[in-house]
Amino acid sequence: MPSRVTMTVNGKTVSREVEERTLLVTFLRDHLGLTGTHVGCDTSQCGACVVHIDGRSVKACTALAVQVEGCSVTTIEGLAAADGTLHPMQAAFREHHGLQCGFCTPGMVMSAVDLVRETPDLTEQEVRNALDGNICRCTGYHNIVKAVLAGAEAMKAEPSRIAAE
Amino acid sequence: MYAFSYQRPKTLAEAANALKAEDAKLLGGGQTLLPTLKQRLARPSDLIDLSAIPDLKGVREVAGGLEIGAFTRHAEVGQSEVVRRVIPALAGLAGNIGDRQVRHMGTLGGSIANADPAADYPAAVVALKTVVVTDRREIPGDDFFTGMFETALQPDEIVTAVRFTKPDQAGYAKFRNPASRYAVVGVFVAKFGAEVRVAVTGAGPSVFRADALEAALAADFRAEALDGVAVDADGLNADIHASAEYRAHLVTVMAKRAMGTLE
Ligand SMILES: Cc1cc2nc3c(=O)[nH]c(=O)nc-3n(C[C@H](O)[C@H](O)[C@H](O)COP(=O)(O)OP(=O)(O)OC[C@H]3O[C@@H](n4cnc5c(N)ncnc54)[C@H](O)[C@@H]3O)c2cc1C
Ligand code: FES
Ligand code: FES
Repeated sequence: MPSRVTMTVNGKTVSREVEERTLLVTFLRDHLGLTGTHVGCDTSQCGACVVHIDGRSVKACTALAVQVEGCSVTTIEGLAAADGTLHPMQAAFREHHGLQCGFCTPGMVMSAVDLVRETPDLTEQEVRNALDGNICRCTGYHNIVKAVLAGAEAMKAEPSRIAAE
Repeated sequence: MYAFSYQRPKTLAEAANALKAEDAKLLGGGQTLLPTLKQRLARPSDLIDLSAIPDLKGVREVAGGLEIGAFTRHAEVGQSEVVRRVIPALAGLAGNIGDRQVRHMGTLGGSIANADPAADYPAAVVALKTVVVTDRREIPGDDFFTGMFETALQPDEIVTAVRFTKPDQAGYAKFRNPASRYAVVGVFVAKFGAEVRVAVTGAGPSVFRADALEAALAADFRAEALDGVAVDADGLNADIHASAEYRAHLVTVMAKRAMGTLE
């Protein structure tokens, strides 16, 4: 049965008629055209689809759009500033070669931003443990961990950006 | 996914009423149910989302322990100051379920209603002398899990909360499957005065208490007391991850590690 769902996505209110079985990731990609959120496994394992719902990272392939009614969703497209300046975590991934093919990257970045919001001071081991919901088939993780640690430092210098998210 | 109709009731009474529909199913955090629906392994007519019912949420300190609402997410239990103070081992268990993203959605009620043989919460429910509160009765935690993916719940029964008894000391250790993050074997040890309870998840078709380990620890509450105490592999799970014999071995090893995390 179609149902109207309304939520805030990257700061803008959006409202669409969708079938109730529509996944959040399908809603973002197919209905809103926000294809930065990827589908890797579609079985809740890989984290390529991670977005924020009210600031907390979740797997968009394992949530229904209707469950998110009234919430605020941030996708990878919503991280950079309006003028295109990358979010400090995005910049750190570029700087530290935290990606190769880039398929896992949107999910990695979204998970990392949420992690640092909750725990600004992280050890390398904590980063490794906390990213276990995100799988990368290319990098061997080493540079991803480096990028997250550097991004965490950079986010401290820009506290307003984190609060605004 | 097959089509269904979705509802988000605001009260328990509305949810209970909606659940009377022929093939209606409750939706907790969806971290087990949605993957199941995506594989078309179930075909509910209605999904009744419990997320908007305030009575089902949150952690309360009560006489003798904690009461945790069924729709309390794993992340919230893991980070709760109250849980960390009253039963730190329970906070530790919840904070290590799955990954961050799963913990942000998954709920206590969904986990125990699902009764996955490798899930973490069942070990705490059996070890911590709990009472599972539903919309119609109270079920002792000891009688709640009845088999693989089976519980004492009626098809239209809603878990509303779980009451946990505060132990003198408790610890939990799991040997986690690195791919799925579930427990290959998880052991929860809890001490209440002279009584020691050792609940084992992941090893068998359903959570169980390990009598031999309980007896050894009741006599001498130290990890060393478990040296040489063997668990029978008969009837334990065997799959591509671990044989029954290996799981039996892991039970004693994880019990010792749990003793090392006592708080
Ligand atoms: C990648 C991944 C890793 C995971 N790793 C672990 C792990 O390491 N350890 C672990 O224990 N679990 C793990 N899980 C499972 C996770 O903890 C789930 O959240 C949990 O099993 C189900 O909870 P839910 O709230 O998501 O319930 P749902 O998936 O919404 O529901 C599960 C079942 O419970 C029923 N239900 C829900 N709420 C109630 C209620 N209040 N009363 C009665 N019935 C109800 C539903 O109808 C459904 O049948 C993992 C899941 C994923 C996707
Ligand atoms: S696509 Fe969602 S976890 Fe892999
Ligand atoms: S960069 Fe290719 S999967 Fe991570």
